Amino acid sequence: MKVIDTVAGRHSGSRADSGLLEALHGLQAEHGYVPRQEAMALSRRLSVPLARIFEVLTFYSYFRLEEPGRITLSVCDGTSCHLQEGPVLLNALQELLGIKPGEATADGAYQLNVVRCLGCCSCSPVLMVDDKVYSHVEPTDLPRIMKKHPPIVNKESNDDAHSTA
Amino acid sequence: MSTTTPVKDPAALASWATEQKAQQDSGAPILIRVSMGTCGIAAKTGSVLEVLQSEVQSQQKEGQIEIVQTGCMGLCHSEPTIEVYDRQTRQSIFYGNVKPEHAPAIVREESSQAYGVDILTQNWYRPEEEKADVATAQARIVLRNTGRINPESIGDYVGTAGYTALAKAITSMQPDEVIQTVIDAGLRGRGGGGFPTGVKWQFAANQPAGEKFVICNADEGDPGAFMDRAVLEGDPHAVLEAMAISGYAIGAAKGVIYIRAEYPLAIERLQCAIGQALEYGLLGDNILGSGFDFDIEIKYGAGAFVCGEETALIHSIEGLRGEPIYKPPFPAVEGLWKRPTIVNNVETLANICAIVRQGPEWFRSIGTEKCPGTKVFALAGKVKRVGLVEVPMGTTLRDIVFGVGQGIANDRAFKAVQTGGPSGGCLKSDDLDTPIDYESLRALGSMMGSGGMIVMDEDDCMVNVAKFFLEFTLDESCGRCTPCRVGNKRLHEMLVKVCEGKADMRTLEKLRQLSDVIKETSLCGLGQTSPNPVLSTLRQFRREYLDHVLNHMCTAGVCSALISYEINDRCVGCTLCARNCPVSCIDGSPKELHTIDKELCIKCGVCQQVCKFHAVDKH
Repeated sequence: MKVIDTVAGRHSGSRADSGLLEALHGLQAEHGYVPRQEAMALSRRLSVPLARIFEVLTFYSYFRLEEPGRITLSVCDGTSCHLQEGPVLLNALQELLGIKPGEATADGAYQLNVVRCLGCCSCSPVLMVDDKVYSHVEPTDLPRIMKKHPPIVNKESNDDAHSTA
Repeated sequence: MSTTTPVKDPAALASWATEQKAQQDSGAPILIRVSMGTCGIAAKTGSVLEVLQSEVQSQQKEGQIEIVQTGCMGLCHSEPTIEVYDRQTRQSIFYGNVKPEHAPAIVREESSQAYGVDILTQNWYRPEEEKADVATAQARIVLRNTGRINPESIGDYVGTAGYTALAKAITSMQPDEVIQTVIDAGLRGRGGGGFPTGVKWQFAANQPAGEKFVICNADEGDPGAFMDRAVLEGDPHAVLEAMAISGYAIGAAKGVIYIRAEYPLAIERLQCAIGQALEYGLLGDNILGSGFDFDIEIKYGAGAFVCGEETALIHSIEGLRGEPIYKPPFPAVEGLWKRPTIVNNVETLANICAIVRQGPEWFRSIGTEKCPGTKVFALAGKVKRVGLVEVPMGTTLRDIVFGVGQGIANDRAFKAVQTGGPSGGCLKSDDLDTPIDYESLRALGSMMGSGGMIVMDEDDCMVNVAKFFLEFTLDESCGRCTPCRVGNKRLHEMLVKVCEGKADMRTLEKLRQLSDVIKETSLCGLGQTSPNPVLSTLRQFRREYLDHVLNHMCTAGVCSALISYEINDRCVGCTLCARNCPVSCIDGSPKELHTIDKELCIKCGVCQQVCKFHAVDKH
């Protein structure tokens, strides 16, 4: 609840709403997604209707409403990667994990995402596993990369959304 | 400066700068700059840095070698990159693609891998072959400090005349003089619109005094664009200083930086820079004893491309959905919290300090008559040297692609350059000699955009490229207005038909008509420009569309519905393809010719990639 309290403390009066995105960022950083319970608590604390919160939550693609897989695999689909076999890489990863982009594996171990551009255009195609970037990835490299990131059993290791390399 | 007392007045700032400069000149004889931008870190520069540091210690060279972490040097193709700068001779040697095992030799100064690099052209040369003065060859304005100073040190920035433009503006110029300087310089918005920056400031300044806001738009969302990130990571103080100057000019005491949450390193460096500027009194109350107050707050974006549009961005800061609204009223009249607000892009702001310091005439001497100054491009795609490039306006595409970028990689033929991201268009080889500025690119059916520049070769299908950008727009359309929400969806469906060979000539005509309607009737810039990739490829690469429609052929071999894979008689029956096929559609016993079941094949191309005998053909 700390995040909500600090945000609510700083934003009050007619401009209180501007703290909403900040609070949601905080919640996602803490949980890896924005749990419904937390959104309800936020609604009460900021006196903002829940519908308003979900209106904002669903607008921005950065916010997640469901718990993501513990290890996030992000395939870059920026222009440079798209032209340099990025889609082939994505296909191969979908086959390998048996899930579509935006989904997590049934055991919650892996999350597959497509991202627009990681800005590493000299390394295309790029795959990011949590915060580690792999360059020039070919489908045949995938088994080796996956071996480096075995499924995590304990749940504590969820990544902080704002962590840096 | 050893103490952290606030800098009281311009004189104190000047003496601090002198002190910093002296310190920089009298430091260890060798300065090693390590490029630690996001791209550098992705290329494992961190481990190179570690070995360099431990080697300096173990070879006991602490007094002779100083190591500094900088932002991006713009040489993405050679990351990890380090620069070894000799303070006595003022010469630099660059090392590209450095591995940790190279570090000991570099520290012993006996590596033979040394290359010089001309920062202006980014061409590498062996120092013994060709001499070019790296220090004077550069004409960088926006990227002048990026890759050269430590972005986490305010002292480094002050040592390069940092904050002197702010001091000059607030102590010796009237606000309208500052605005006139920017108008005279002819600086135009680098976010893509090209609107004269000074005029925008003037609008806001003309509003009655009271609460006003300055917003820095750092929501860089174009795929393939990373100019702003490089500036924020490499030279954050330049942006803060420029925001303070614009605040003084329009009478605002508060600035907001709206930045993508996906740029954690840039956020960290901005936070660090704001903290330092406050500590030294270069932001906050009564800056340099002038009576001018200015504060800066950071707000995070949340992955909505449309928030690059001013009114949408303002809504997002107010905690609403980032939907644009009809203009006028323009933000300069009624913006954040209904107060007069100016929104400037990072690159635009990064020009301000130099303009105030060196004057509008100097700025006008660079670039073209209508577009003075430089433009930063993120050069990527199929060029040999991917990187961050800053060139004077009016430089030709040929100079950028074949000069700086060194031409097309893997001996393929050049096909097109895409500028302006999802709002832009593709340019053919006929257009390569056009000097580029806002007008010339628009005349060619593309636009400047924020500066992404993607080079394409003969293996790229232009219909597919148009489809790719439209997919992006579809994802990012906020849904508020019908032409953009529904029109782009229909446009995309038609393009899918073309790519699958199911379209006819009427589809092409409808594509053009619908594109025109979307352009004319959409609410904001996103929708008004979204059909550009379609229109420009339709015009410039009509033959490729006709190939798809009439001959059911994708000459570049990209559109999967129109291609098939076949195994030729070079096959030795190694079974590698069959073992790697994700849908097990390859048949054949060991040491016998294999065959692909075309019904089952998903055309992923893995068989072709793994085959060591070139036995898989794509038709």
